Amino acid sequence: MRTLSPARSIKDVRLAADRVSFRIEPRTLVVCLILILVTAGLVLVSLSVGDYPVPFPEVIKSLQGEGSRLAELFVVQRRLPRALVAVVAGIAFGVSGAIFQRLTHNPLGSPDVIGFGYGASVGAILVILFYGGGALLTATGAFVGGLVAAIAVYVLAYRNGVNGLRLVLVGIGVSAIFIAIINYLVSRADLRDARAATVWIVGSLFERRWGDVQLVGFGLLLLIPITVILSRYLPMLELGDDAAAALGVPLERARLGLVVVAVGLTAIATASTGPIGFVALAGPQLARRLTRSPGAGLTAAGLMGALLLVASDLIARRAAAPSELPVGVVTAGVGGIYLGWLLLVHSRRTR
Amino acid sequence: MTNSLPRRIAGLLLCLALLALAVLLSLAVGARAIPFSTVVDALWHSDGSPEAVIVTTQRVPRTILGLLIGMALGLAGAVMQALTRNPLADPGLLGVNSGAAAAVVTAISFFGITTASGYVWFAFAGAAAATVVVYLLGGGGKGPGGPVRLALAGTSIGAVLVAYTYGVQMLDAKALDQFRFWIVGGLSGRDQSVLLDVLPFLVVGIVIALLLSRPLNALSLGEDTGRALGVNLAGTRLASAATVTLLCGAATAAAGPFAFIGLAVPHAARALIGADLRWVLPYAMLLAPVLLLGADVVGRVVITPSELEAGIVTALIGAPVLIALVRRRQVVPL
Repeated sequence: MRTLSPARSIKDVRLAADRVSFRIEPRTLVVCLILILVTAGLVLVSLSVGDYPVPFPEVIKSLQGEGSRLAELFVVQRRLPRALVAVVAGIAFGVSGAIFQRLTHNPLGSPDVIGFGYGASVGAILVILFYGGGALLTATGAFVGGLVAAIAVYVLAYRNGVNGLRLVLVGIGVSAIFIAIINYLVSRADLRDARAATVWIVGSLFERRWGDVQLVGFGLLLLIPITVILSRYLPMLELGDDAAAALGVPLERARLGLVVVAVGLTAIATASTGPIGFVALAGPQLARRLTRSPGAGLTAAGLMGALLLVASDLIARRAAAPSELPVGVVTAGVGGIYLGWLLLVHSRRTR
Repeated sequence: MTNSLPRRIAGLLLCLALLALAVLLSLAVGARAIPFSTVVDALWHSDGSPEAVIVTTQRVPRTILGLLIGMALGLAGAVMQALTRNPLADPGLLGVNSGAAAAVVTAISFFGITTASGYVWFAFAGAAAATVVVYLLGGGGKGPGGPVRLALAGTSIGAVLVAYTYGVQMLDAKALDQFRFWIVGGLSGRDQSVLLDVLPFLVVGIVIALLLSRPLNALSLGEDTGRALGVNLAGTRLASAATVTLLCGAATAAAGPFAFIGLAVPHAARALIGADLRWVLPYAMLLAPVLLLGADVVGRVVITPSELEAGIVTALIGAPVLIALVRRRQVVPL
């Protein structure tokens, strides 16, 4: 893991007579800026293209409230909220994935380790099968199902504290139960419901409006400050429990806090898009390889997640036009190919 | 911990007894319950009675299939976790399950194939192709950080294949309708010819896996120590990957993907007897079919006259056992 980092330049930044100080890695900063720029560019593109294409100047005008009524309808009422949900959910998935991977010391760690996505799927499918599946109701079902799974995993794994490996193993067990329930429900449902359920499991951004943006945006604004505060424990926890305790980290509280934040982030993202698990897995890994840092930085991971989801949704909308693919299909495809390519490049370099 | 040799052997015998019980139950229990004595009679000399016919034509092939697939998945999971040194590794991690699934959905959607025996070779070819790509992309798990790279390569290729599988299902409702039954994994409705097709692969894979226990033990001590102990590292990795593909590919081709068994049973085995693969492999080989056959038997009786697929019951029974084991015992790292 640590072989990736050659000698890196790290800059100390001290402000207000040393009262505020932090360290910056220039490479990480540059990578983050590039990620933001590319994401913003993709959002602009996705505002422009569609079955009713709007040229860029018209897009800008519409955003300022000076466009034609039709252009404003498509750009501001339809495409912008959808793109924003993708950005916010992508950030949430990326950050929570990075937290889980660092907590479990495992690059395969993701919120799914703790069974959240599968629990959410069961909740959503039950709503789809028995209540016809309105959007808000489905999101609520997913939220409740996910929380039930996450709490079950944490409680079952708790025994004089939570050990990383035990958490993972209990998560595997609880997830397996939920997966079995999902497969059972989908194979017994009638075909139309099975299809709706599958679309939800894969994850999609169909018909996302400003109400959804407010929901996920509020959630993210609430959780990000807590994440920033708690994230300072991560590097110490990575040294191992004994070293971290010696450095004065309140082990159980720090770990519980981080798990709760990560689950919260996953919850808001999953409720709004469905369990797009691969963003949480690939985002941090891609960010880590781009920044060449030993651990997945939370900021870069979040921005990478946003980029992945926005780009994927753009492709999902246009690849099979006029019909749309669920974004989860594209995310896994794009993210998988990109991660594979990075692995290949890395192998060439080290040879 | 139960580390002394006699206790380990006693445990192995206990596993064997459990397996024998599971086999007997699998022969006797079903929509029509058949007394053990009749089962035994039918096995020695079939007298042509309806019970005997059910036992010999229905339940014996199904039980053998479950027995072999269970052994294959248990061994494949243990080998996979040793190879990648990752407790989250399941036999599907090298892309076997997702490769097989992608090939099966292709067979359904583009070639109009609808029978289980028609899927077999597609599933096998898909599993093999995916594994080769993953292995090459993962650099064969060489060097420090190699196992991580192999695992990530498997995950990313797996994600691409799963995306393809879902994409086809989204655009082709007919494919979704068939595929959702294949993906569950079960022993019912798989005909005898399937068993004969995959039998040689399973037997060869089981033998190689058991032979790999010593070199894999050395590998688990780390790259340098392994080499110092005189183990051919590259050869061991290649043989392990090939074995997993043989075992898991054949099992998946025959009965659909059972993700949970290969993941959980090796952990259960480690919780029982520690990390020594010379013991983990036999324990996993005996315990996995107990779980699979037991799940199959339970699935036959819980919602009679219909059946619950073994793939579903396996998780519902196995997961609580895994959780209990993990909670009760010291967690044994790889």
